[in-house]
Amino acid sequence: MKKKLLSAVLVLTMSATLFAGCGSTDTETTETTDATETTDATESTDGASAEGTLKIGGIGPTTGDAAVYGQAVENAAQLAVDEINAAGGVNGMMLELNFQDDEADAEKAVNAYNTLKDWDMQVLMGTVTSTACIAVAEKTAEDNVFQLTPSGSAIECITHDNAFRVCFSDPNQGKASAQYIGENSLATKVAVIYDSSSVYSTGIYETFVAEAANQGIEVVAAEAFTADSNKDFTVQLQKAKDSGAELLFLPIYYNEAALILAQAKTISFAPTFFGCDGLDGILAVENFDTSLAEGVMLLTPFAADAQDEATQNFVTAYNEKFGGTPNQFAADAYDAIYIIKAAAEKAGITADMSASDICDALKTAMTEITVDGLTGSGMTWTADGEPNKAPKAVKIVNGVYTAM
Amino acid sequence: MSFISYLVNGISLGSVYAIIALGYTMVYGIAKMLNFAHGDVIMIGGYVAFLTVSGMGLPPVLGVLISMVVCTVLGVTIEKIAYKPLRMASPLAVLITAIGVSYLLQNIALLLFGASPKAFTSMVSVPAIVLADGQLTISGETIVTIVACIVIMIGLNLFIKKSKAGRAMLAVSEDKGAAQLMGINVNGTIALTFAIGSALAAIAGVLLCSAYPTLTPYTGSMPGIKAFVAAVFGGIGSIPGAFLGGILLGVIENLSKAYISSQMADAIVFGVLIVVLLVRPTGILGKNIREKV
Amino acid sequence: MKNKFNKQTKDNLITYGMVIAAFIIMQILLSMGKVSSLMEGLLVPLCTYVILAVSLNLTVGILGELSLGHAGFMCVGAFSSALFSKCTEATITNSGIRFFFAILVGAAVAAVFGILIGIPVLRLKGDYLAIVTLAFGEIIKNFINVVYLGRDSKGFHFSMKDTMSLNMEADGEVLIKGAQGITGTPNDSNFIVGIVLVLVTIFIITNLVNSRTGRAVMAIRDNRIAAESLGINITKYKLLAFSISASLAGVAGVLYAHNLSTLTALPKNFGYNMSIMILVFVVLGGIGNIRGSIIAAVILTLLPELLRGLNDYRMLIYAIVLIAMMLFNWSPKAIEVKEKISTKFRTSCKGKKEV
Repeated sequence: MKKKLLSAVLVLTMSATLFAGCGSTDTETTETTDATETTDATESTDGASAEGTLKIGGIGPTTGDAAVYGQAVENAAQLAVDEINAAGGVNGMMLELNFQDDEADAEKAVNAYNTLKDWDMQVLMGTVTSTACIAVAEKTAEDNVFQLTPSGSAIECITHDNAFRVCFSDPNQGKASAQYIGENSLATKVAVIYDSSSVYSTGIYETFVAEAANQGIEVVAAEAFTADSNKDFTVQLQKAKDSGAELLFLPIYYNEAALILAQAKTISFAPTFFGCDGLDGILAVENFDTSLAEGVMLLTPFAADAQDEATQNFVTAYNEKFGGTPNQFAADAYDAIYIIKAAAEKAGITADMSASDICDALKTAMTEITVDGLTGSGMTWTADGEPNKAPKAVKIVNGVYTAM
Repeated sequence: MSFISYLVNGISLGSVYAIIALGYTMVYGIAKMLNFAHGDVIMIGGYVAFLTVSGMGLPPVLGVLISMVVCTVLGVTIEKIAYKPLRMASPLAVLITAIGVSYLLQNIALLLFGASPKAFTSMVSVPAIVLADGQLTISGETIVTIVACIVIMIGLNLFIKKSKAGRAMLAVSEDKGAAQLMGINVNGTIALTFAIGSALAAIAGVLLCSAYPTLTPYTGSMPGIKAFVAAVFGGIGSIPGAFLGGILLGVIENLSKAYISSQMADAIVFGVLIVVLLVRPTGILGKNIREKV
Repeated sequence: MKNKFNKQTKDNLITYGMVIAAFIIMQILLSMGKVSSLMEGLLVPLCTYVILAVSLNLTVGILGELSLGHAGFMCVGAFSSALFSKCTEATITNSGIRFFFAILVGAAVAAVFGILIGIPVLRLKGDYLAIVTLAFGEIIKNFINVVYLGRDSKGFHFSMKDTMSLNMEADGEVLIKGAQGITGTPNDSNFIVGIVLVLVTIFIITNLVNSRTGRAVMAIRDNRIAAESLGINITKYKLLAFSISASLAGVAGVLYAHNLSTLTALPKNFGYNMSIMILVFVVLGGIGNIRGSIIAAVILTLLPELLRGLNDYRMLIYAIVLIAMMLFNWSPKAIEVKEKISTKFRTSCKGKKEV
């Protein structure tokens, strides 16, 4: 009987906690909110003023193998929130961030979104990965909640008019890369290595190949790998080498790119390496031999060792608080919070407005603001949610980014 | 020429699978359990070596030794806490517990070391062999991994066949109950198996990270599964089988990437595995077990 | 014998009662607006996982074979039905009818895959069978990731490479886009349909277990050679149980696909991790115990959500709880207690020895 009893007790406690959770809509003082407030946003609650707080929800993978991106977003967003609060908040309101884990999974992301709804979230900053973002975007559109994704780059992430993004879209990056290579005559024969199991990578790859034809670039080899076999790239590299490619396009994340660069060296294949924003962060990998990345070019909106003051302050503050160098995801998230601030100020958002009213006000405000951020100066948005900013092409020289 | 180079690279990849598979098959052969946490012990081994060598500046040999000690202690502890209470339970229950341990190790590593990847400095100082005017390179890591595999294989075989403890292991793997009656300390023997398996995991971790130098809390999980497939391929429980299975898996994976489709390489590898198992239901070098009524 | 039969009927009625009671309570709370958004959003996933757990229990508990590829069948069901719904969205406007057909499509396609995979796989035994099912699951996932399917005025276009090689007309629409999967599946799943499907699943499985077929299947599980010598057609019964299990997993896939607007075959949702997760439900709930599977699926799906307050420590605590639950449920002490409880537990314990 013990087992049955145990199950019964478990089920009872579980349902008790669940229903405790549902009171949050009326009372705001349940255990779930308490727990997140104390751990997540201690500083912001301390400074809560009479003007109230604006509740910003965040969603991203803080566990699982995409955790590196989610954690970067969480940290940087918290940094921005703390800075804004220290400087007096937005329209007198304090900001409060509640960041929920989605393990980069669509279903978990919807759960995270619902958790945030129970917390009375007013604005959503998320989600970090594209697949999860598409699933959540459907829900925010239904509920009319303003959504700003720092890094959801697939087209479908922002199909609804309540959703905006900070980063470039995948097609945009693929096209821009092909144009940059074509216009600067970097190469005529190009090989591509991409991750066929990743939405981001295939998205860029497809538009790159489509645009390459217009630019007079010949794609001589297009080799894929999958998340299940992302250790050994020698075959893909060998084929790229045999095809006589002058340039290797890598629309992938830096984790795999670090391996590709090392393995290219062992088979003495030295084309020009060209990547997108996913490659940013490669120099910050702890203990990475930066000489491997010498000469790598990438189109990225953010470079951690840029010399401007804003970037330098951000990098120092991030390093002091969380350790390590922030990557482009962190920069996107940091910008996202400041974009929300700018839009909220423009629209005159107050803390007592409902999420839906805020959404309507922010939707209009987004198209009217201009933001100078880490990932671009003079960023503006169109009503379809796409940012208007120019990617910077950088080249790694002597272990640091140099503008081209 | 390119065929030979694909083949050589396949062998390099395979040798890494093989060294992981040796640990898998060792534990399976004696304790008759699929230790799904093996891949994560490998990851821990990698981190320990990384911290001691790159972080504290110790010589690589010392780093590897420390890593082996840490993994051995870890393996024995896991066995004692999580697997031993379930010795008499269904093998499935132990399998699930092993998965729980795997999640646990990944999340501990995530909290301790963070999610950002670390670049592992190769612990291998053997120079690469360059053949045919630089057309063909066999990396130092590959040479060391293959040599290590062979040494470990011979060592394990000698240990199991010649030493008293090794023969006790054989007895336990045949029949736990009978072994106990013969005065063998079954729990001690299984703990020893885990100790050896985990020490092998540490070596595998160092070699895996030397060959493919990025280290994250999830580094061990996919190679772990692949190595498990390799062990089954070769006949799980058979030590030479694990080596053969690992090498074959690496070669098939790379050749199918090269000549069939780089997108479908995983499917092809698993397809070959299925075909092999249908023809030889206990793997290439596996023992055929007669079914008794 | 009669006594035992009654006991089984009673047992089944408790299971149905439990599900229906849970449904009624939830409906009342929903109508009162007392349910948190999180819980409301979890209702359909809970039904999905319950169906998966119960259907895998047919393979693991009743048939006595370890399958690590259950997510593969779910994946097949999800993709085939989502494709069906997308294609017929314009022609069948009634979402209820469309979803009904989608369920049939998902179940049928998954069943076909169950038979195709079952024929070779079921010849193997034990861990080898497990690894081959795992392999099939991974093959399905890998395959779906490279499929591109488009439709234009000239009909369907298929490619295994990329969108460009579909060579579509300008008016074409890409239905399956490789790794990006299917986007924009109509959101047809709801809690009521979910509960109905859960009940149907339980009904199919409990009836199967108590039928002549079910007894034959269990005889094979307990002693294959003895069953064979009694003239039981091993292949037929094994295949039957396996394909029913697959088809129900396909149904769960249909629910899953129509609950989210995006469907991708990532390692996270359709890889071996998911198969193992379903297996965890089955083993934790008690191999062969349907009600146990349901409770375990519900608890383990809710657990990570309830632990959200712990932030970074969430998955760590989850792993510890999982290990602790396994030790509590399966260590010899707990088994001793179980041995005493009743005969129905004893039958399930016998089953696991074969695995």
